[in-house]
Amino acid sequence: MALSDNDTLLVIGGGQAAAQAIASVRQWGFDGRIRLIADEDALPYQRPPLSKAYLKGEMGKERLYFKPAEWYAEQQVDLSLGVRADAINRATRTVKLSDGSSASYDRILLATGSRPRPLPLDGATLQGVHELRDLRDVDGLKPVVRAGQNLVIVGAGYIGLEAAAVARQLGANVTVLEMADRVLARVTSPVMSDFYTRLHEKHGVKIMTGAQLERLNGADGALTSAQLSDGTVINADSVLVGIGILPNQELAEAAGLRCDGGIIVDEDARTSDERIFAAGDCTVRPLVHYGRTGRLESVHNAIEQGKLAAAALTGRERPKLDVPWFWSDQYDVKLQIAGLSQDYDELVVRGDPQSGAFSVFYFRAGRLIAVDAVNAAPEFIVTKKLIISGQTLAPAQLQDTSVSMKELAALAAA
Amino acid sequence: MAKITYIDHEGTEREIEAKNGETVMEVAVKNGVPGIDADCGGACACATCHVYVDDAFLDKVGSPEAMEQSMLDFAENVKPNSRLCCQISVSDGLDGLKVTTPESQH
Repeated sequence: MALSDNDTLLVIGGGQAAAQAIASVRQWGFDGRIRLIADEDALPYQRPPLSKAYLKGEMGKERLYFKPAEWYAEQQVDLSLGVRADAINRATRTVKLSDGSSASYDRILLATGSRPRPLPLDGATLQGVHELRDLRDVDGLKPVVRAGQNLVIVGAGYIGLEAAAVARQLGANVTVLEMADRVLARVTSPVMSDFYTRLHEKHGVKIMTGAQLERLNGADGALTSAQLSDGTVINADSVLVGIGILPNQELAEAAGLRCDGGIIVDEDARTSDERIFAAGDCTVRPLVHYGRTGRLESVHNAIEQGKLAAAALTGRERPKLDVPWFWSDQYDVKLQIAGLSQDYDELVVRGDPQSGAFSVFYFRAGRLIAVDAVNAAPEFIVTKKLIISGQTLAPAQLQDTSVSMKELAALAAA
Repeated sequence: MAKITYIDHEGTEREIEAKNGETVMEVAVKNGVPGIDADCGGACACATCHVYVDDAFLDKVGSPEAMEQSMLDFAENVKPNSRLCCQISVSDGLDGLKVTTPESQH
């Protein structure tokens, strides 16, 4: 049931998944109406640089946008920016909008994204407490990541650590508070946590793990310090909260679509209503290489599901699925991750972490499932290809640096 | 400013006026040039903006840095004139540059 050129596609949400889907449906021949409804009053833009080059001031705002305004006009995409979709009525096939109007649809793509998990503590709304999700957040954060400023970052995930690296490079005094006993505890192995802890400490970031934040203190509504449960008080001009995200599934949920920690979609990015698709951070999707479902917070996922939805919408064959991949830039270190390491039962390290270039390979039941490649592109690419093709290498083979990744790739077995 | 010509794998040419400081990838993506995915947006993390640089411009665009080179080593259909075009910045000296896109970036 592909779209016909008399149909209207409503795209709700204006991030990377939305931008990809719009470009792909046009590229694949849909000439009907496309309307983009996004509550953020901005053309779709890239988020990864927000915690990296854009925050650092190395990348101008105009370079963040996927396409210029003229492109949307040329492609006849109607833009409703700064407008929120409040309710989907599946019976009448209309969406109620925050400007009081209603939009009818033949198909919807929900690309509602995610929002930062709020800090559930006293003082969380004081002036000087920041989040890092959208352009406005970062424009608010830019003035405080500079020399002489005391910045406390709550949460040592990738967002928190990337921001810490930028702030430190710009001369701010940075303290990172992490509740777990190591940084990146939710997403990677202790080997990687040790490496990043040392990296940040070498650059002068103070990392406090096992830190139980109790409250944020303020005077006259403005932040003054962060207080831990053991009584420690850390002076803070600003706090950046980076403790994870929550999928924006409420619109779908209220419309009766199946949700469970995200909007549930199938391999074509279709929700439980065949006229409604969903893509990006807001979805729970099949992870075909891992035999389970899950939510992915990544560019890869936004692009892939944007394309999957676009293919299904235009009646094209499903594009080949990539293995989940991610990257993080901190200081001069590029981390590239291929695969999902969460359920690993064995790991090996290839190369010496002290050298600044090494990889950690993860295995489950003897099969390679993921790699964290630090300044090591070949390890990243080879692992990605092996997982896609269902091949594996033994831990001992990957540990042996006398054999190049190119040679190893040729030795891989099913 | 520089005029850049993008040639797809079937030989269709598109000439685009590019601003200095943008990358050859950004110019392509913003103008809807097919054949360049640039999934990572220019972070040299994904190798989906692979192009072949016209031989006459190989010296002017310079050589890839280590990270780009190792990404290229594992890309499909690599040739001596392969580059990741997110790593090529537009400048006056690149006026007339021609790049050809491969049939697939994956």
